[in-house]
Order: sequence, then structure tokens, then C-alpha cells
Amino acid sequence: MFEYAPAPESRSIVDIKPSYGLFVNGEWVDGENRNKTVNPATEEVLAEVAWATEAEVDSAVGAARTAYEKVWSRTSGRERAKYLYRIARIIQERSRELAVLESIDNGKPIRESRDVDVPLVAAHFFYYAGWADKLGYAGFGPSPRPVGVAGQVIPWNFPLLMLAWKIAPALACGNTVVLKPAETTPLTALLFAEICQEADLPPGVVNIVTGAGDTGHALVSHPGVDKVAFTGSTDVGRAIARAVAGTRKKLTLELGGKAANIVFDDAPIDQAVEGIVNGIFFNQGHVCCAGSRLLVQESVYDEVLASLKRRMALLRVGDPLDKNTDIGAINSAAQLDRIRTLSEIGASEGATQWSPPCSLPDRGFWFAPTIFTGVTQAHRIAREEIFGPVLSVLTFRTPAEAVEKANNTPYGLSAGVWTDKGSRILWMADRLRAGVVWANTFNKFDPTAPFGGYKESGYGREGGRHGLEAYLDV
Amino acid sequence: MTATATSAFADIGRSDAALRTFLHGLPGVDQVGAEQRAAMLGTRSIKTTAKAWAIDLAIRMVDLTTLEGADTPGKVRALCAKARRPDPADPEAPAVAAVCVYPSMVPVAAEALRGSGVHLASVATAFPSGQAPLDVKIADTRAAVAAGADEIDMVISRGAFLSGRYAEVYDEIVAVKEACGDAHLKVILETGELATYDNVRRASWLAMLAGGDFIKTSTGKVPVAATLPVTLVMLEAVRDFRAATGRQVGVKPAGGIRTTKDAIKYLVVVNETAGADWLDPDWFRFGASTLLNDLLMQRTKLRTGHYSGPDYFTVD
Repeated sequence: MFEYAPAPESRSIVDIKPSYGLFVNGEWVDGENRNKTVNPATEEVLAEVAWATEAEVDSAVGAARTAYEKVWSRTSGRERAKYLYRIARIIQERSRELAVLESIDNGKPIRESRDVDVPLVAAHFFYYAGWADKLGYAGFGPSPRPVGVAGQVIPWNFPLLMLAWKIAPALACGNTVVLKPAETTPLTALLFAEICQEADLPPGVVNIVTGAGDTGHALVSHPGVDKVAFTGSTDVGRAIARAVAGTRKKLTLELGGKAANIVFDDAPIDQAVEGIVNGIFFNQGHVCCAGSRLLVQESVYDEVLASLKRRMALLRVGDPLDKNTDIGAINSAAQLDRIRTLSEIGASEGATQWSPPCSLPDRGFWFAPTIFTGVTQAHRIAREEIFGPVLSVLTFRTPAEAVEKANNTPYGLSAGVWTDKGSRILWMADRLRAGVVWANTFNKFDPTAPFGGYKESGYGREGGRHGLEAYLDV
Repeated sequence: MTATATSAFADIGRSDAALRTFLHGLPGVDQVGAEQRAAMLGTRSIKTTAKAWAIDLAIRMVDLTTLEGADTPGKVRALCAKARRPDPADPEAPAVAAVCVYPSMVPVAAEALRGSGVHLASVATAFPSGQAPLDVKIADTRAAVAAGADEIDMVISRGAFLSGRYAEVYDEIVAVKEACGDAHLKVILETGELATYDNVRRASWLAMLAGGDFIKTSTGKVPVAATLPVTLVMLEAVRDFRAATGRQVGVKPAGGIRTTKDAIKYLVVVNETAGADWLDPDWFRFGASTLLNDLLMQRTKLRTGHYSGPDYFTVD
């Protein structure tokens, strides 16, 4: 047997402080309330972090307002681009540090934070830096104006990447921001604040307020905020939509999903299986656009299932900092509970649960990669977002049935189609009600491609030229 | 069950039409996906004990090769000595799997390898182009076997394959296999000339259906030799072939694998594609010449903690 020896990435490159304040107006201020953030792989306490109060959020919004009116809205696009390029380069220079810290705080494997998250973060800043002095050519009029102060609330699944999706276009368009990272994953956003200082970004252009739901509520309902951007659960998204209803605030929401990954009988089976695995087990399944419903054409069901199980048996679950780890830790005890609860419901509703034999660490939050077969549209695990490494397998016979089942969900964030037939890809993409349709691949992201949802997966687009619209007064 | 399955597959070789139906019915290979999978496996980090184990295994899998017009008996004897005992400074270093030479050099090599347990492979069938009449290829093969080769590396007729004359390729492999007698037959697909992964998968199945004991990527004589994704596709083919017929077929990437780092990437791909059953010199080989010295150098580094210069390792 080829046993891979442990290959841990060194964590000596990161310097986690015992305690962090809030980043307001280019400076660190102590917060009144403090809470702990833990490493989900070990439950070790990493640092104490401020949970911003309403008054602290108010001062951050005030700083952003001043910076907007006095500095950033008067800075030319070409000058703004210089700052964004500088930030992008510093991210590249400090990429190992950012990747290690992301894996420690979030639980995702270092292979993913190193090869996916951090390179995409840098790419986003580079991409929107390029737009900053070309906004007049983006199709929103000859000289589009920024919106003002953006209040941004991001989730814990891709802490740094979601920060980049929010901050890069906002700054490129001339807005200032107050960003609240998730309470379980604040550390890379705080390191990003240091990067803003290192890049000499004018004070107040980027403000980071850490905290939980109350802090987020204070931010999105603050009257000084002109634009609210949120990525997270559909429930919280609804609450935010209610909070901003009747105000002048612009709003974009990127919410949950229950994507169908559709495998036709003429698909490249080996690559489709890779795509299924990547679709649901990438980032422990903590992906809003995860391919959590597998729809397989009945004629290749046995073959696909056998290949999938063989492939799943190779997944390496464990230490997120080991360079050979494929699946890391579940981000929090609360999320682990939710995954367990929904899995138990899946089993009790009659679906068949299967996981490969794999040993999980004793401490920390872990869930083995799992598939449910014999799932029908009526099962809760086929309808509700689990946000974990749990795949529901369904079958179909005809393309029309695949479309019908894929669209039979309140969500509509993404979908995958696997077939060797180009015309069928286009036929499917026309009919699938999903913001992204991947063909013969899955979970591919690029700063040039707009991303966003239909139906209860939210509205507005992030990324690409389309992503500028949310941050321009148009 | 297996016997029935095998005989069902035996019928496929009867005609171009049957072969075409079967080979074109195999699932396609998505180029982007296959290359991504290979690249991802290439990022596996193999350290310390795992690395030591992999290096020794890789040495045992080397088909130490010299296929030059300038080959002489002296050069081949030197190569055979190196194959038996790769590192004169370290008797613990394992011997390689085989020596691979042109048919004219087989008698010299057979003499030099006698009693060593190192296999003797000979390329045959108008290597490397394969552009000769079938009876010449057969005679080439018989001569090599008669002179003492116990492994034959044949080339398929790429022209016939690319123009869809699958039965011609099939029949040729069957005939060469017959001429091999007890010798093992490695079928070189020359994947660099097949151009697509779909073709690599089809040629792999064709070679296995016709009775090849090994499928091999390349002659090393065309610009594109072994690559990681091509080897991945071939490993998927041997895995699926065993599942369908019960017969296990080996895989040999050849050409362009020069460093320990590369060799370990291949072993990771074997491990996570075909599985541990193929991690054995009977089922996986490296066709290489310069690779061996890098493996020995890395082996010494792991053992002693420091690098020795290339002068401490023998040229072939």
C-alpha cells in the first residue's frame, strides 16, 4: 500500500494575535464586546475578536462616509486602480500566509485555500482594478457615479474570497465599504485590513467590523448605508430584504442553492464522477452553488454509482493543513448539527445512506462524505440546503424529465450538465432556471464571469462587467 | 462469468464493424477534466517514509532503455551491469525491472543478465514506425524471443488505427502475441500520434482485447512522449478492462520521465486511479534511461541527508 506520510503545511508563517479590535478609519480600535474564534479542526481557541456594537458600527459607517465624500469619490479611476493593483500584488506576495490562516480559521483543506481561494482573491482584485478607469465603457453611461457607502455582510464558507467579491468591485467603482465577516471566520478579513494599511489605502475606504447577527443587523439597517450586499442563507437574506424595504438602499443578495448536477448516458463518465465529487465535496460541501442533487440518467446509473463509490473511498478526510487532505473540518458545531439532523431525516424518510470507510479525528467538527440513494423529489434532503458533504442521488429517463426535476426547487443558483453532445448542453442551458450552468465541469469560478441566482437564490450579479452595476448609481 | 465475459469480448475482434461499434461506444474522455485530474494528483505531497518507499518502488519499475543506432555490445553490457546493481555504493538499492534494447543487442544482453532476475525486453515489429509488412514484424519478434528476450515491446500501426482499420491493428497484435510465445507483450500505442484522449482510450481497449499484456504510451522517438493525463486515461482503461473481463493488464509510460518528482507523480496517479494492485513491477513500468540516476540520487539524499554530485552515480 502507498501510504502518504503526513505532509503538514507549516503554520509558523501566520502570526495570530491573542486579540483583535475593529478596523475603522484605517486604525485598530478596541471593541466593547469580545468573543472567541476557534479552529474547527481542533476546537482550539485561536483569538479573541470584537463583536461590534451598534455604536461601533455607526462610527465605522461614519468613517466610510467621510472617506467617501472627502477622498475616494474624488479619487480618479486611474488612482483607484493603482491601490487595487497594489492590494492584489500584496495578496499574491502573502498568499501562503493567507492560505494557512484561512485553513486554520475555516477548516478547509490547505490544497483548496492555496490553489483555489487565494489565487481567485488576487484575480478578483486584478480584474476589478482593470475596470476602475474604464467604467465609462462598461455600458452604464459615459461617466457612471458610485453609490456611496456599501454595507457588506459575508459568510464563513469562503471568507476571503467573498470579501474580494464584495470589496474589489465596490472600490473600483468609487464606493467605500464597511464589511462584516462571519463570526466563525473573521481572521483573514482582519489580515486583509493589515494589507489595506500596507497598501496605504486612504483611511476609512475599507472598514472591517467583526461580529455576529446583531452587528450585521446594525450594519444593514444603518441609515448611512447606501448599498447593502449580502451572501449567506436565504432566511437571513429575507430578513435583510425586509430591513432595507422602503429605504433608498440598493440591495444584492446571493443566497442558498440546491443545484442539480445532471449526468446523461453519453457523458464522459470518469470526468463526470470527478465533477460530482468536486461539486459536492469541494470545501466540505459548504458551497452555496454545490451540486447537492445528482440526477443520473437511468441507463448509466449503476456504472456512475459504482465509479462514484470507488472514487469516494479515495477521499482523504482530516487535518486541513495536511497538503494531501481532500476534505477538511465542518466549520462549526452548529453547522455540524444541521448536517447531522438533515442526514438523520434523510435516513428516516427511507433513503439509503452510504459513506466510505474513513476514520475521523476525535476532536473538532467532522462529517464523513455521504451519499443518499433512492432519493425522490419529495424527500427533505432533495429540497433543503444541507450545506455539507451530503449528496442526494436521483434518476431521470429523458432530457425533459431532467429539466423538470432540476427546476423543481425554490432555489436557482447553479446547475451542471454532463454530456458529450454540444447541442444538448445548449438545449439544457436554455431551460435550466439557474444563474450558472456548468457544462462538463463544476464549481469553476472566474472573476470575469457573473455569478448570482434565480428565485430564492437571490438577485443581483457579482463578477464580470455585470458585477459593476450593483456598485454604480444606475 | 468471467469466461463468458471474456469470450463475449473475443467476438468483438471479428470485424472492423464490431470493433468500431465497441470502441466508439466507450465513454468519451473530457480533455479538460482529465488534465485537471492529473494536475490535481500531481500536487500530492509525498514526503519522508512515503517518498523512500516510492523511490525504491520506482527503481524496481524501471525498464532501463537504450534504443540508439549507435548502441554497441559494450554499451549494452554496461547498461546490464547497471540494471543488476544500480548503485555500486549501496548494495541495498534494488535492481531495475528490465533492460530494453533493439533485437540485435538481445544476445549480448541475455548473456549479461543471466541469472539476475532482471527481465530482458526487446522492441520489435519495425520499431519505432511500425511501417513494415506483417511477416517482417513477425520475423522480427520471433528472432528477438529466440535470442532470449522475455518481453516484447511492439508498436501498433498508427496509420491503420487513425484511418479506422481497427481489425488490421487487432489482427496484427494477435499475430505478434502468438509469435511471442511465453514472452510478455507490451503494446506501444504511440499516444503522441493518436492526438486525442478518446483515441488513447480506444487504442488501449483495442490492445487489451487483442491480448496485450501491457499497454505502453510511447516509443520515445516522436516529439510527444508519455504525459500524466495520457497515463491516467490508460490506467482507467486497464481498471475498467479488469472489471469487465477479470484480466489484469499492465501500463508503461515511456519517454520524458526524467526526475524522481515526476516518477512519484505517476505512482500517485496509479495509486488513485487503477489502485494498489498496479503498484508492482509486474503491472507498472517506467520506460526511461536518465530517470534511474535521479532516483538513485534522491535515494542517497534521503538516506544520508545530503546530495552527492552526479559524478557519484554511474553513467550507463
